[in-house]
Amino acid sequence: MTSEATIAIPLYLKPWLFFKRWVLSTNHKDIGTLYLLFSLLMFLVGGIFALLIRAELFRPGARIIDPELFNQMTTMHGLVMIFGAVMPALVGLANWMIPLMIGAPDMAMPRMNNLSFWITPLAFIILLSTLIMPGSAPNFGWTFYAPLSTTYGPPSTDYMIFAIHLLGISSILGAINIIATILNMRAPGMTLMKMPLFCWTWLITAFLLIGVMPVLAGTVTMMLMDRHFGTSFFNAAGGGDPLLFQHLFWFFGHPEVYIIILPGFGVISQVIPTFSRKKLFGYSFMVYATCAIAILSYFVWVHHMFVTGVPLAAQLFTMYMTMIIAVPTGVKVFNWVTTMFKGAMTFETPMLFAIAFVFLFTIGGLSGVMLSMVPADFQYQDTYFVVAHFHYVLVPGAVFAIISGIYYWLPKWTGHMYNETLGKIHFWLSVISVNVTFFPMHFLGLAGMPRRIPDYALQFANFNAIASLGAFVFGISQLLFVYIIFRSIRKGKPATAQVWEGAEGLEWTVPSPAPHHTFAVPPSLYENGITPPLHAKGVDAEGGGGI
Amino acid sequence: MTNQTQKNRKTLIILILITIGMFGFGFALVPFYNLLCKNLGINGKTSNIIEVNKDPVDMNRVITVQFTATSNANLPWDFYPMTKEIKVHPGENEKIAYYAKNNSNHTMTVQAIPSVTPGLAAKYLKKTECFCFTQQTFRAGEGREMPLLFHLDKSLPKDIKILTLSYTMFDAEKFKKASTNKTQGKIN
Repeated sequence: MTSEATIAIPLYLKPWLFFKRWVLSTNHKDIGTLYLLFSLLMFLVGGIFALLIRAELFRPGARIIDPELFNQMTTMHGLVMIFGAVMPALVGLANWMIPLMIGAPDMAMPRMNNLSFWITPLAFIILLSTLIMPGSAPNFGWTFYAPLSTTYGPPSTDYMIFAIHLLGISSILGAINIIATILNMRAPGMTLMKMPLFCWTWLITAFLLIGVMPVLAGTVTMMLMDRHFGTSFFNAAGGGDPLLFQHLFWFFGHPEVYIIILPGFGVISQVIPTFSRKKLFGYSFMVYATCAIAILSYFVWVHHMFVTGVPLAAQLFTMYMTMIIAVPTGVKVFNWVTTMFKGAMTFETPMLFAIAFVFLFTIGGLSGVMLSMVPADFQYQDTYFVVAHFHYVLVPGAVFAIISGIYYWLPKWTGHMYNETLGKIHFWLSVISVNVTFFPMHFLGLAGMPRRIPDYALQFANFNAIASLGAFVFGISQLLFVYIIFRSIRKGKPATAQVWEGAEGLEWTVPSPAPHHTFAVPPSLYENGITPPLHAKGVDAEGGGGI
Repeated sequence: MTNQTQKNRKTLIILILITIGMFGFGFALVPFYNLLCKNLGINGKTSNIIEVNKDPVDMNRVITVQFTATSNANLPWDFYPMTKEIKVHPGENEKIAYYAKNNSNHTMTVQAIPSVTPGLAAKYLKKTECFCFTQQTFRAGEGREMPLLFHLDKSLPKDIKILTLSYTMFDAEKFKKASTNKTQGKIN
């Protein structure tokens, strides 16, 4: 137990110590906190952009913001939420929890970890500053297709390209760090198949990241070259092809959406067993299914391009492969449900978000299967049906998983139990409003409402109004979440080390709040009730031995 | 250096190499894409190669070939096919012309990019002479007919009875090549 000695620190030293602790941090817990706080801020910023969109779409013929600004809002909402809210939040959870879960003292490369974090706010200062630059901010959708973004894009597009380069570097370095940590620094006796599933999903996600982020970097480099160096990668006039952009982007883009969901799956796999007081059902199958999803994700990028005139053979192959991804995903859903079966369940806030995730992510997954059918997709493509699908898998999917993880681990981080009543209020407000917001969008899409339009035909008015109301309730509910978090940092019932009755794992063996440095000496899995005695099967004493 | 640091360093180097490899892979996808599209003939583009016709004419099939034209991004040009539609036999040499006129007040260089519908028919449309093989430079106000000599390969799939050849004219000022066609008023 490392209690910090209270000594009088001279006033002139305090700013330096603050700078040293936070700006120069090499501590995985502090860097995790930085990522999480940054992602929370970006979530609110992206949320404001979304509310501007929903305000404009509340009534047909409304003119709250100009169409030009509307296009910038749709673009920036997507970029901020994906790259600024969801990805950093998941990396924050990884930084905090992976070393604790595997019994490591810190990440493999703590200084690179610091670099990875600080690149991210820098990138977003650059990206968000495009909103106040002369000429518009990027206004061509978060998918920045060429030649709209290259030939016809505003000057700020180059800043967006720079920001994406920076974010790519941050993600790649972070992924490398995570892989090195997980492969090399597990406590003795923790074989890969004994690792918590959150670590497994992050290990697989990290491999996806180093596989596809460089392709995105190459793509935006090609954009930059087309814009300024006289090349014509995507310009037909010079012999290039706009469709090449789509192939390159979506080769990154499809694995990217699995990158943002797989760690969320990992969180759910930690939360549900805890509150069911029952071990995760089918651990091996959960690992294999996650691997299968990751590998398959490399082959299905064409399903974002079904209407572009790709040959029938490509459409068929992609359709079948996309449908196949539903199988391992279904395995995971069934295993979560089976974990709960005959478990002794209680419904604290993390569990509520996790159960809502299972149900609502499945709905999003089902609309995904609908989209995978080529002839049906001809109708759905570029309509609100697609918007409904990805918001279901992202909001009650990824975001709920993140929120569940935050409620789950907050007592470990802060040492205080958050206010359970407020947490439940946050949950019910969120889950009801998220459905009010996004479910009508399925019907809007089926009825023919296109995406990315600042105004719409009259027949879409009612459901748009409903969706906008839901969006505002959802947005305001997240302010309650912010309050709950900050209150729990300051006060609340002191948390025990174990925190939750059904919680198992090395992270629950350290005190709450977790001391600044943990596992300076690798823990004994046997003494912590995780494994049988070490010498039974000739496992070597070095960390990371055996698979 | 401790054993732990050594292992971490080894992992770091391998992963950085994979990252650099994937970056290179992204760029390699560009020629790879062009190669696949050209060889599988799946992007609806006709090839730039001059094809000499050695096939006998297949009198049993009649294919309708239609022609359309577009000026990209409101180029100040007239650009249209002089023949909108013809009926051909596979293997038979055909000649039609497109008309193009530079209505602006300065010399412009353009490139016509072909596209065939249905896409799979593209590789059976063989051209002996086409204005799309080269960039075309027109002086201000200059207009001329541009010939197109082609034949349909006899192995065109039986279920294709009609195909459309579309040209889009792009401003190639930024991508000027050395060998643009500068002959004036070439009418065959």
